[in-house]
Amino acid sequence: MKRLSLSQAFIYLLRRDLTLAVRNRAEFANPILFFVLVITLFPLAIGAVPELLARIAPGIIWVAALLAAMLSLDSIFRSDFDDGSLEQLLMSAHPMPVLVLAKVCAHWLVTGVPLLLISPVLAEMLGMPAAAQGTLFLTILIGTPILSLVGAIGVALTVGLPKGGIILSLLVLPLYVPVLIFASSAIEAAAGGLDVSAQIYMLLAFLFVSISLSPLATAAALRMSMS
Amino acid sequence: MLLVEGSNGSGKTSLLRILTGLKLADEGDVYWRGQSIARLAAEYYEQVSYVGHHDGVKRELSCLENLRLVQAMGKPTELDLDTALDRVNLYRYGDSLVASLSAGQKRRLALARLLVVESVLWILDEPFTSLDKSSMGYFESLFDQHLQQQGVVIMTSHHDIPMAGADVQRLNLSA
Repeated sequence: MKRLSLSQAFIYLLRRDLTLAVRNRAEFANPILFFVLVITLFPLAIGAVPELLARIAPGIIWVAALLAAMLSLDSIFRSDFDDGSLEQLLMSAHPMPVLVLAKVCAHWLVTGVPLLLISPVLAEMLGMPAAAQGTLFLTILIGTPILSLVGAIGVALTVGLPKGGIILSLLVLPLYVPVLIFASSAIEAAAGGLDVSAQIYMLLAFLFVSISLSPLATAAALRMSMS
Repeated sequence: MLLVEGSNGSGKTSLLRILTGLKLADEGDVYWRGQSIARLAAEYYEQVSYVGHHDGVKRELSCLENLRLVQAMGKPTELDLDTALDRVNLYRYGDSLVASLSAGQKRRLALARLLVVESVLWILDEPFTSLDKSSMGYFESLFDQHLQQQGVVIMTSHHDIPMAGADVQRLNLSA
């Protein structure tokens, strides 16, 4: 029989990770639940000041998204590392960066996309101006894949360490900051009726740089973690 | 066949992991047919199957799903997956989740990768861990068959392997 083509192998691994996510629902629902809970707690803690809430809504949503992404990162490679599947992937006849990209895609589909779908509801709840909601959606659409891609490098570096969680946050959070800054500045500008194309282009640039470079770095880091 | 022997901690697993390229050697390179494996990369991995300490099977997937994944990542053989499961005595478990299997059954599933992907070099780290007598017998005959087809097996084992007639070289690391 013939070996699967690279694109078939990519899709196969993507589907396998999605199947695993469906069978481990509780684990994957955790970050999304966290995202929703953090955001719903803010109005309770701050009190009924609609103007203030609407003003800080972009920041709240983005900080919560960032932390939710951090919470979910470990699941990209942890279980594969523990049960030896990662060794087998590294020894696969297909190039590792492509397989890494498949795994990161699957991670984004199970963690990023739910955030994307639920964020308009939360924005409405916080009273974000209608003009800014489209931009919020756009920044989350562009931003969350960056979080998964950049986070994958950090996880790959720390997966071999017994308590890698703290180092992971220290490694990854500084790299998330630019995304946070440009995304919330875009939403704020949109709320004030200004043009946001500069920030969106910047985020797109981050996205393309991380799509092209992160799988290479992640694959190299995984090899290091293995030995 | 190369049988790597030695007491606990003598570096059997490290040696095998260096041969797979998963671990880097402190000094020197590993060569496969005259070329360094670091340079061959995918070309080398196409010809190698490795079964390590960890079974490398996913608990949340069924036996068949696991084997399909193995095939997707390597070069599949003509052998039908149901037949492969039957050979390793897991026929009735095709659709059961791996989480419900016993340690020995998981080990047999891990070793089933040798049947479903084509490879010349088999690197096996303690393949007989938690296997019963009859499965050990089956895998010994499988190794024998592989050796007769010009295959290469490098393995560690604490069990005596009576491989009759096969050309077995022994490397003792604690000597």
